[in-house]
Formats: sequence, C-alpha cells, structure tokens
Amino acid sequence: MTAKLGLDPAKVIEARELARRAGEPVTRMARTHTTVSIERAVLRLAGLDGADADGMPWVNRLTDAVREAAGLEHGVALPAWDAMLAGGHPDLRALAEQAAAGQVKFRIPDGRDAVAAREAAARSVQAGLAKIDAQRALRARMITDIADPPKPWIYLIVATGDIYEDIPQAQAAAREGADVIAVIRSTGQSLLDYVPEGATREGYAGTYATRENFRLMRAALDDVSRELGRYVRLTNYASGLCMPESAALAGLERLDLMLNDCMYGIIFRDINPVRTFIDQRFSRQVHARAGIVINTGEDNYLTTADAVGAAHTVVVSQLLNEYFAREAGLEDWQLGLGHAFEINPAVPDSFLLELAHAQLVRELFPDAPLKYMPPTKHMTGNVFAGYLLDAFFNLCGFMTGQSILLVGMMTEGIHTPFLADRDLALENVRYVRQAAGRLGESFRPEPDGFVARRARLVLDEAVDLLRRICAGGLLQAIADGTFGVTKRPPAGGRGLDGVIERAGGYFNPAIVALEGGV
Amino acid sequence: MGDPETRTTGVAQAMDQQRVIRPYGDTTGDGRVQVSFTLPVPSGTEAERALGEGAALQLAAKMGLDPAMVVHAKAIGPDFTFFIVYGRVSHLVDLSAVTVAEREFPVLPSAEVNLRIRAALGRKLAVVGACVGTDAHTVGIDAILNVKGHAGEKGLEYYREIRVVNMGAQVAIPALVSRAVAERADAVLVSQVVTQRDAHLFNARALGEAFRDVRPRPLLVVGGPRFDPSAAGALGVDKIFGRGTTPREVASYLVHALAPEPAGAHTEPASAGTGRAGARA
Repeated sequence: MTAKLGLDPAKVIEARELARRAGEPVTRMARTHTTVSIERAVLRLAGLDGADADGMPWVNRLTDAVREAAGLEHGVALPAWDAMLAGGHPDLRALAEQAAAGQVKFRIPDGRDAVAAREAAARSVQAGLAKIDAQRALRARMITDIADPPKPWIYLIVATGDIYEDIPQAQAAAREGADVIAVIRSTGQSLLDYVPEGATREGYAGTYATRENFRLMRAALDDVSRELGRYVRLTNYASGLCMPESAALAGLERLDLMLNDCMYGIIFRDINPVRTFIDQRFSRQVHARAGIVINTGEDNYLTTADAVGAAHTVVVSQLLNEYFAREAGLEDWQLGLGHAFEINPAVPDSFLLELAHAQLVRELFPDAPLKYMPPTKHMTGNVFAGYLLDAFFNLCGFMTGQSILLVGMMTEGIHTPFLADRDLALENVRYVRQAAGRLGESFRPEPDGFVARRARLVLDEAVDLLRRICAGGLLQAIADGTFGVTKRPPAGGRGLDGVIERAGGYFNPAIVALEGGV
Repeated sequence: MGDPETRTTGVAQAMDQQRVIRPYGDTTGDGRVQVSFTLPVPSGTEAERALGEGAALQLAAKMGLDPAMVVHAKAIGPDFTFFIVYGRVSHLVDLSAVTVAEREFPVLPSAEVNLRIRAALGRKLAVVGACVGTDAHTVGIDAILNVKGHAGEKGLEYYREIRVVNMGAQVAIPALVSRAVAERADAVLVSQVVTQRDAHLFNARALGEAFRDVRPRPLLVVGGPRFDPSAAGALGVDKIFGRGTTPREVASYLVHALAPEPAGAHTEPASAGTGRAGARA
C-alpha cells in the first residue's frame, strides 16, 4: 500500500500510544474480573451442550448452581470439576442435570483436591481448544485446496429467521458472487443472557445464532465452496450478553468472521460497559486462537451521529478496537475494522470527504482487512438514486483498497432485499470492479488538496479526542456520550449483575491455555 | 384543497378536469408506467426465454398494462428471471374517490420531535419503559427505546430531547410507579408480548389503576402485538400501539400528546412528506 495522504508519522504513533493509554485501565479491569458468560464459555469449551426441557442451556443451569452455592469468584471450573470428581459423575451434562435438581454440593476445593480439579478441568477444556485448532487447520487446508477469493471480499447478508430458508438463500448468494455470508441474528438476541439451542425456524428479522445453526450453515457453505472453487466465508455475531460463548461456538463450528466490537453493545444495546469490556477480551482471545477475523462496528456511529462531524470518533474507536484486539492476541490480519459511507449526499464534496475518510483508515491500518459499509442513512426510498449512491460507495471502496465490501442494497430500509435487489446490487459491484477496480493505483490526491487536508484534519481531531479520553478515562468518556450520542454510565445497562471480581485463587483453564498458547 | 369560490372559474374547471387522471410518461394521459419483478422461470434456452417473456407480458396484461413491452429480462441463477416492463395502464385514477387514512397525529422527523419538545417543555421529555409482570420479552420495548431501534428507525434514546429510562423485563408495577415518580416521567411505556390467560390485558388494567392517583400522572402508553389499539380507554391507559409500530410513531405521539405546537405555528404541510413512515401511513 502506498501512502498518499502525507500523514505525520509522529501523529500516528501518538494516536496509537493514546489509545493504549486509554485502554490499559480497562484491560486491567478485564484481567481482574470474570463474567457469567465467560464461565459458561469455559463449560462450552469443555463440551457441555444442550438445554433443559424449558430450553435453558445446561451451561447456564450449572453456572447458576455453582454461583449460588460457592460463588464464581474462583471461576466455575474449580467447584464444577471438584464436584465431578467427588460425585463420580460421568460427564458435565450429568453433573449439570444433578446440580439443576439441587443434588450437588459445590465447594472451593483446596490442596490435592484443587490440583485434581484443575487438572481435570484443563484436560476437558483442552479437548475443546483442540477442536478449535483442528477447525482452523481445516479452514487453512480448504482455502489451499479450493482457492481464496481476491479482496475485496463481497459480503452479503441473509436473514429469513428460518435456518432452512437461510441455507438455499446463502448458497444462491454465493453463486451470485458473495465471498462472505452474514447471517443476521434475531432482533434482541444480544440481550438474551443465554445462547438458544438447536436448529431454529422462527426469528424476528433474523435467525437465532445457535451452535446447530452455525454447523448447518457452515456445512452448506462448504458444499457451495467446492462447487464454486472459492472458499465462501461465514459470519455471525460475538456481541451482546453472550459474547464469550458466541466466540467459543464460532471457533468450534469454524465460522470465519465474527462481528465483535469493544463498545457496540454498550452504546447501541445498553449493555453494561464493564460487562462488555470484560467479555470482549475473552471473546477476542478465543477469536485469536480460532483464526477468526473480527469485524468492528464503527459504521454504526455514523448512522446516529453526523458522518462528517463524527468522522474522528470512528478513527478513535478503530484505534481502541485495535489496541484491545492486539492486547487479546489478535494479529493485524484479523482486524476487520469497520467504517461506512454515510455522508449526506446533499453535502458539497461529499464523495471527496468519503474518499478522504476511507483512505485515511486504509493508511492508518495498512494490514487490517477493513470492512466498509454501504450507505443506509441516506437511502431515501428512491431506489434509482440509491443505486447511484451505492455505485459511488463501491467506487470509493475499490479506489481506497477496502478489504471487505458489504454490498449496498438500493432498497435499503424498505424491505428485506428481494432476489432481484441482490442481483442488481452485485451487478453494480461487478461493473465498478471491472471498470475501475485498478483506479486506486492512479489515485494520487494532491498533497495539499482537499482530500489530503481533510484526512489530516480528521486524524488531528481523533488525537485531540483521545487526549481528552485519556484525561478522564474511557469509561467516563462513554458515560459522557462521546460515542454515538448515547450516555452510558459504568453502573448502568444490562448485565452488571453477571460481573464478578476474581478472587486470589481464580482459575480459568481456558484463559490459562489461551494466554499460555497451549 | 383550496376554496373554489376564491378562484377563477377557469382554474376551477381545470382542477375539475384533473380529478380523473392517468400516469404521465411524456404526454398527458399516456398512462405510461414502469414495473419490475422476478418470476420463478428459467432463462437458459431460447425456448425458456420466450416462455418467460410471454409470462411477464401475461402478468403485465393482468395488471392492466396494455400494450406492454418487456425491455429487459435477465436470468437470476438457474431458476429465476428478472423483468423490467414498460406499458400503458388502462386504469383511471379518480381523485375524488381517494381515501386518506386518518391519523390523530402527524409522524414527525426526529429533528422536529426534538424541536417541539424544546419549544413546549423547555427541558427533556422523560420516558420510563418496562416489560411488566412476568413478561421477559423485551424485544418490543427495546425496539422502541434502544438506540439500535427498529425497522430502520433509531429508538427513542436517539432523540436528544428525550431522556429514556429502560427498566427491562419482569418489572413489578409498584416498582415502575415509584421509578416513574422519581424520574418525573412525562410518559410510561409498557410492552406486553405474553398473552397467556390475557396477561397483557390484566397488566394493562393494573397499570392504569396503579397510576390513577399519581399526580401529575404520566402519559400511559402500552404496546404489544396482540392489543386492540382502540381499547385504550377500556384499559385505563392513554394509548395503545399494535404490531409494527416504529419508534418514530411513538415519539411523534408523545410530542402530539405532551408537547403541543405553539399557537399560530403551522408545520403540517412541511412535515407531511418528510418521512417514509409518514408516507406509508
């Protein structure tokens, strides 16, 4: 990638340094706390699946039982595996069933019992991590055997609510040119404090993310990948209250990308900030292990705030997402940092502003597979004007070397895309790619022209904002409404009751293995 | 519509003549329209293409397009074909027979909602929301309140002049009352999805009763897929929203009820066409 904007390298270094300073206190908090969802993810990695007759997963039942009897300050693993060994339960499922019936006594073991519980737990979790490793290796092998599509990857959304309807639609989308299929989740799933079970056929404006739905869709895309001779990737969401569990299930079922933002749930879903930051660290550790590319959600800020005035908040959030991701072990090729083409087309020079923003993000994060989102806010219902706007979005995406291009629909905001909408949208992408796909190499903004100056201004504003965030702390900045206009105090929102401060003897076999690389 | 007596006879006549109209392509009365659609027919062979085009023309004829012309046909995968058709509609539109859905309040863009609140209240409008009773289905209340919103519209939290307290699921009605009082709520929003043994009706009535003696009493708004929107009075609440309600409709209603327009102001014509939700209604 050629640098075109004349960014001051010292400024870029300062921006990263400020992001690190803003993020470090939050990382310390994540290292000293756990959450119910992190503990449930440990059980999922250890192979506990299924749900009781009411559909409540056994990981929830067991975690709740342990929490009630012994607390979660030491983690779920110590008391759970201690009870397994003491009670002679054949497996976690049997333990969970007995525990749910009130038949199990949990305690925090010490001495030799603690050693035995730790070893047993580590073995079980290791089996889950081995599955994740095997899936990662299988992905690499399939990509080698079948072929990797060139970037930008064309990203399309499927969302019928019924996994058995989603499958043929996803396969059709892949045949039409999609490189990445995203299955949108049912409205409100992010607020459920459990992951639903099984294949599901009913959802509100999306399909429930369940392990079985993951498996079914990945298998279907494997088939179509072989048919088409290119590996088609699958995306879902590690966000909301079950972020850590979603990440574990994604790794186990070989999802390839996961929406995973450090602040999205806080801002847009009123999930408690503390809970979110603790959960995101663990989920990113799992994604790092699974070789999953995360997609961050900065595009959302621009749907609520003004895309020109708030452009620098996108950069700030990207820098924070990058810091948190690297800290959790993700590599740059896994950072699908998000941004969007959301400037009001009535603003003079709107396309130049978009070019400046997109090129700025490209140069700030040269090795990240940037995810570029199409216009949604200014899609008015005039499908003809919308088609034109999408073409400009595609042009900007190709010119600035974006890596993952979400396909814009001219009927955005009107209805779930018709078959023909999607076909026309892909025709738009193909035309721009064929006509101007290489325009980027000839695109050299004037060093002191409008585009370069605008990009530098946005970076300056981002650095200023980061300085202010460092002065008051990131949690305070969120409480003040710095991102996406909403104020979110650290004690507010959902899920704070699921946050537990770790005790001295806290034991989490998954974190031990993920941090130790074993 | 203007008052014909204040106009010249010629204009009145012209308007009268225009009460029956046809679509306009490039000449008055030519009736030309464009439609596009997809049919589940393949488009692989010459014979299939001919059959598909015939099918598209048959549909166009049944839609009242005569003559019609398929200007574009393209295969979408092996089983579908997309068509663009131009034609002349034989139908007439009688403007005097057009019925316009009555709405007690106009749906306003968010900027105007904020403006009206600022002008009428001089402070933020406080909303307390909850799912009451045993109902744990927060999908509805969250779709209305969360910034994320619903149906392409941001939730009430997005409005700068609305302060939202979302109490979440399974809130006891007395707790809702005391929170509403503590927050000086202008409005209380309750969503009810569960309808077993008419729990939604029971809870709505309980809500009305619990707030009966609260002064000043906040506006009581109930929503859920199984409510009859006309039953507000019977249940003792101010407003009921049914399935498919969007955040902007709720915001507009709150403004209509709580932040009336200052006397003399007249924004209706300007706001009528500003939003798609308004156009849809």
